[in-house]
Amino acid sequence: MLKGTNASPGIAIGKALLVENIEFHIERFSIEDTELEEKKLLAGIEKSRNELRVVRDKALINLGEDKAKIFDAHLLILEDPELIDATINVIKDEKVNSEYAFSQVIDMFVQIFETMDDEYMRERSADIKDVSDRVLRNILGIKYVDLSYLEDTVILVVHDLTPSDTATMDKLKVAGFLTDIGGRTSHTTIMARSLEIPAVVGLKDITVKVCDGDFIVFNGATGEVIINPDDETIEYYEKLKEEYLRQKNELKLYIGRETVTPDGKHIELAGNIGTINDIEGLLKNDSQGVGLYRTEFLYMEKDNYPTEEEQFEAYKKVVIALGQKPVVIRTLDIGGDKELPYLNLEKEMNPFLGYRAIRICLDRKDMFKTQLRALLRASVYGNLKIMFPMISSLHELLEAKELLEEAKRELDTAQTLYSSNIEIGIMIEVPAAAIISDILAKHVDFFSIGTNDLIQYTCAVDRMNEKINRLYNQFNPAVLRLIKLVIDNAHREGKWVGMCGEAAGDKRMIPILLGMGLDEFSMSPISILNARKIICSTKYEEAKIIAQKVLKLETDGEIEKYLKELYPSQEVVIKN
Amino acid sequence: MEKVVVIKNEKGFHIRPVGEFVKKANEFKSKVYIECKGRRVNARSVMALMSLGVKKDSEISIIVEDEGTDAADALKVLSELIESGFGEL
Repeated sequence: MLKGTNASPGIAIGKALLVENIEFHIERFSIEDTELEEKKLLAGIEKSRNELRVVRDKALINLGEDKAKIFDAHLLILEDPELIDATINVIKDEKVNSEYAFSQVIDMFVQIFETMDDEYMRERSADIKDVSDRVLRNILGIKYVDLSYLEDTVILVVHDLTPSDTATMDKLKVAGFLTDIGGRTSHTTIMARSLEIPAVVGLKDITVKVCDGDFIVFNGATGEVIINPDDETIEYYEKLKEEYLRQKNELKLYIGRETVTPDGKHIELAGNIGTINDIEGLLKNDSQGVGLYRTEFLYMEKDNYPTEEEQFEAYKKVVIALGQKPVVIRTLDIGGDKELPYLNLEKEMNPFLGYRAIRICLDRKDMFKTQLRALLRASVYGNLKIMFPMISSLHELLEAKELLEEAKRELDTAQTLYSSNIEIGIMIEVPAAAIISDILAKHVDFFSIGTNDLIQYTCAVDRMNEKINRLYNQFNPAVLRLIKLVIDNAHREGKWVGMCGEAAGDKRMIPILLGMGLDEFSMSPISILNARKIICSTKYEEAKIIAQKVLKLETDGEIEKYLKELYPSQEVVIKN
Repeated sequence: MEKVVVIKNEKGFHIRPVGEFVKKANEFKSKVYIECKGRRVNARSVMALMSLGVKKDSEISIIVEDEGTDAADALKVLSELIESGFGEL
């Protein structure tokens, strides 16, 4: 079994269509008949234009006008007088073959783009490569797999998908994608999720391991891929697929419904996002807000600090997209397993216990205040809340709040507006913070429990270390007691408590958290409807009894056994 | 004739607006050039325009050399197109 990044959920079963990236070996030939080469060039361009018109028309239907306009621009590249004239000049002056001349001229332009200091412009060399590869293929007469005319349903196995691949592919015939490269935010992943096609990306060498026509089954929710499985495995995956589709359809019934228990307790059900691209999935799954907006991606996609303006625009877009729904934005949480090269941080022995998150921000005050000003400015566009990560003492919280006040005074001086009633909260992910949550609660408007780190710190278990994986367990009684303590302490001060770790979307955990009195659950958007289903079918009074019972059990094993008796069915397919 | 305009698009004069601009420029008989930071390029060339790397809030000059009789029209239509932000604002 292979394992990659779980990009888009769903079960795919079918034959592999291996789309090899044909490397062009463009050679230089001396030729006599320059007129013939010119004709070959123009014929190649003409053929490419005809293909691109089809691409454009399909994009207009499948992806909308905005995306189609990009292919209009691609078409104009093929009519580009500078490009064509320059190529013809190279053919004539150097007496060389047309594909060589064309690739020379293209390379010249690509080099210009790649030296630009603008990231966006630099990326545009991908557009040009997309267009020029098409022309070169057509000059050379190389056949390639046309994804817009697929005869059978296939699982695409490809190094990576280009924008024109995804625009034209016959989506009804594509059961899934598997790629060598890419991560949770790459083009293929975003497309797969928005088209709701199962996908696993970042498999490194899947295009080498798979032969065209191999039979494949994979689970997009777990990232597991099996090549040429036995009959028993195929049968198992067929059942999983059936179950997945059944669940997915059933969950659609929960769109537009309130999240309320049968005995009337209302719950806030929100989503975790990393970039503006996640908003679509968030709204499609009927989220009631954003419970965690991880701002580190804004910092990680750049090769330098994002400016106040860039951050302001990003926050504003998300806040506006959510209307009046709450958006909890977490200030920079870098360090630990997330690196930021331009911060020039030293390598540490224990990065999770080291210089990270709020500890860096309180040290690099200018960087922190830039983010705070951007957040304050974006607050006038909707319901924005600010959350500080990795707080472990009251001192840190007060210092962070003081910097926020400083940022406000700076905006006052500049006569810039910000909302006057922004809620301030902290992540509870360090046991120290959980233990003094009675003290911290007096100084915040809300808590959000980050279970991933809370479990790791409470149990002293490195969650990246596979050898001690068994010890990393959300049902560890110590973790559950801390969660209960935090909720009770917050409620005593009249503050609300959310959870934005993986546990909040876990179907076995939800009734326990509900019973403990958790007010807000925030999770991957794709898990929201399932969580709503569970909450809508669990009485609060019963959940309270479950929570009380669980808190009395002595080991994680006992708790899991009890939960298994309570919920005998094992359905893990939807979880992502 | 010549007019200075400011690019308002967030991502600068990127592939989509450049495409729309060239499409529009092709509708006129007059020769159209764009000049930015001392470099002058043919406004009918997507590649040349993109190679200017014009960012948001940068000034560019639209230069129209009259070969037909539509120079004034071309200048007006093309500068309005840029100022409209190509529908991305």
